[in-house]
Amino acid sequence: METDDLIRLESITKIYGTGDAMVAALRDFSLTVASGESLAVMGPSGSGKSTLMNILGCLDTPSSGRYWFAGQDVSRLNETELAHVRNRRIGFVFQQFQLLSKLSAWRNVELPLLYRSVGDRRRLALQALEQVGLSDRINHRPGQLSGGQQQRVAIARALVTDPGLILADEPTGNLDTASSRDVLAVLRELNEQGRTIIIITHDPEVAPVAKRTVHVRDGQLVDQVAA
Amino acid sequence: MSLLHTIETGLRSLLGHRLRSVLTTLGILFGVAAVIATVGIGQASSDSVTARITSLGTNLLTISAGSTVTSGVFGGAGSATTLSMADVAGLQDRQSAPDIVAVAPVSQGRLSLVSASSNWSTTVSGSTEGWLVTNTRTINSGTFINANDVATRAQVIVLGSTTAANLGAGVGDIVMVRQIPFQVIGVLAASGGQGFGNPDDLGVVPITTAQDELFGGSGSVQRILLSATSASTIGSAYLEANQILLQTHHIQDPSQADFTITTQTQVLSTAQAVTQTLTILLASVAAISLLVGGIGVMNIMLVSVTERTSEIGLRKALGATPVDLFRQFVIEAAMLTAVGGLLGVGTGLAVGYVVPRAANIAVTITPLPVLVAVGVAVAVGLVFGVYPALRAARLAPIEALRAQ
Ligand SMILES: Nc1ncnc2c1ncn2[C@@H]1O[C@H](COP(=O)(O)OP(=O)(O)O)[C@@H](O)[C@H]1O
Ligand SMILES: [Mg+2]
Repeated sequence: METDDLIRLESITKIYGTGDAMVAALRDFSLTVASGESLAVMGPSGSGKSTLMNILGCLDTPSSGRYWFAGQDVSRLNETELAHVRNRRIGFVFQQFQLLSKLSAWRNVELPLLYRSVGDRRRLALQALEQVGLSDRINHRPGQLSGGQQQRVAIARALVTDPGLILADEPTGNLDTASSRDVLAVLRELNEQGRTIIIITHDPEVAPVAKRTVHVRDGQLVDQVAA
Repeated sequence: MSLLHTIETGLRSLLGHRLRSVLTTLGILFGVAAVIATVGIGQASSDSVTARITSLGTNLLTISAGSTVTSGVFGGAGSATTLSMADVAGLQDRQSAPDIVAVAPVSQGRLSLVSASSNWSTTVSGSTEGWLVTNTRTINSGTFINANDVATRAQVIVLGSTTAANLGAGVGDIVMVRQIPFQVIGVLAASGGQGFGNPDDLGVVPITTAQDELFGGSGSVQRILLSATSASTIGSAYLEANQILLQTHHIQDPSQADFTITTQTQVLSTAQAVTQTLTILLASVAAISLLVGGIGVMNIMLVSVTERTSEIGLRKALGATPVDLFRQFVIEAAMLTAVGGLLGVGTGLAVGYVVPRAANIAVTITPLPVLVAVGVAVAVGLVFGVYPALRAARLAPIEALRAQ
């Protein structure tokens, strides 16, 4: 295994259900992502993109195959160990933002820091909000922010732990064109700072943000196209 | 996640659903308050029964007519008129009853007393000079009934302090009972009781007068009170009295006795058993309401877990472990019950303060039931909080995130 590979999927299969209802969402799926890369994963609805994101994000474990993340085999870790990996090494950006509506922007950004021992959470949260250009909105609640601003708060939350990998599942799926541009610009900038970024999308307009694009169909990798 | 933050998050969620949290808390509050108040009332009634019985002195033995159980049929103490003044005479024989120091026959009934200024209904006992010793009472003014009064069927009466006050009568005054004039010859010293069954509300007349003039000339004696020479001779006094009565009643087989002798200790333990059973019964009903309150907590926590499924998923994605989430929900449940428990203690203490003043019911609150009630409330919260918390901890992050 090469040392600068952040991610290495080896023949991953993910099967949902049993018997007649059995669905293989990923089949014999292998993929390598180098540290600092930016990757777009494209494919039609139901092709297995979200399943891939869940496995990459350590939110779910594969039925078979191995997943090496930063040199560690994470495919057989238990729930608590996976929680630690997610907390320390991965930042998530979801299509529905997933902000807690009762908390202010900075309190939302602070959330991942509550599950590890760091002091100075407020300063780190404000720094992350500054990076996404929302220093003037720290006390706003999600309901008082536009969709694009909400997604930028979510990106700040993904950044605040300084993770090696940022995973974005359809980050612009709920945004208008202008907001999408803002959000994609932030993601590109993060990649330029050296962070590994994987964007999952079915939108051909989004893919060019990444330097590499892979296509998924029926749970399998179709081809690899260098941008 | 630090405990402080867990509590803060819990508070925010509880305050986010204020009405719901208040209603759930009320369930625990009433449960705890009910336990404290009912145990307090039970304790107080037990205390007062004990105090009243022990104030009669532990040397007291009571003989009642009729055996409690006659050939398997419950006769009921005092249902047969088998005691007489002859028995009293027999028991007063120092030769055969060296351990009995005083004997007092009693025939009593509720009668109306009429003084110059008012009238008052009370319990009038016919007895002898032994009454004072056997009841451990003293005279405040005047004299008590003596042997001569009994022999001459004197129309004299001794009043309890409450009765004397209510009649406005004192020593030397005349009180009418059944249109017969009785001269007040003494007033008893107050024994400090109050309310129903007040030991200071009574009248005592010579037993002979009572039998002939007040209770229809039957010559019967309802009870005979005996005082043993000391608490340690109660056993031998009991045997002596039993022997004398078997003889005077010509009974060979002691199991066929037509009288019953009870010691004060027996009366006390029976009364305590009764009040204790009553207290336990009341407290159980209260405890059930606490349990119902606990089920309310569980219900609300389950609703909360369901409502917050996607929040749970998000927190898991951000690095919360199953233990973090378990703790979060258990602490929320415990906060609901702890607040309910503390307010319940406040309410229970308030009830303990108000009830004795508003109604004539004594309440004795001791620390133990208070601590137990709060402990049980928190335990209820933890127990009923565990299942919802486990549900939260076990939610798969992807399923939880998908829930919208
Ligand atoms: N939890 C699940 N249970 C059963 N089937 C699932 C589950 N999640 C996804 N699938 C199935 O797996 C396939 C891939 O789904 P998904 O990864 O969500 O695709 P995409 O994100 O590309 O639309 C679909 O056929 C979907 O129905
Ligand atoms: Mg999807």
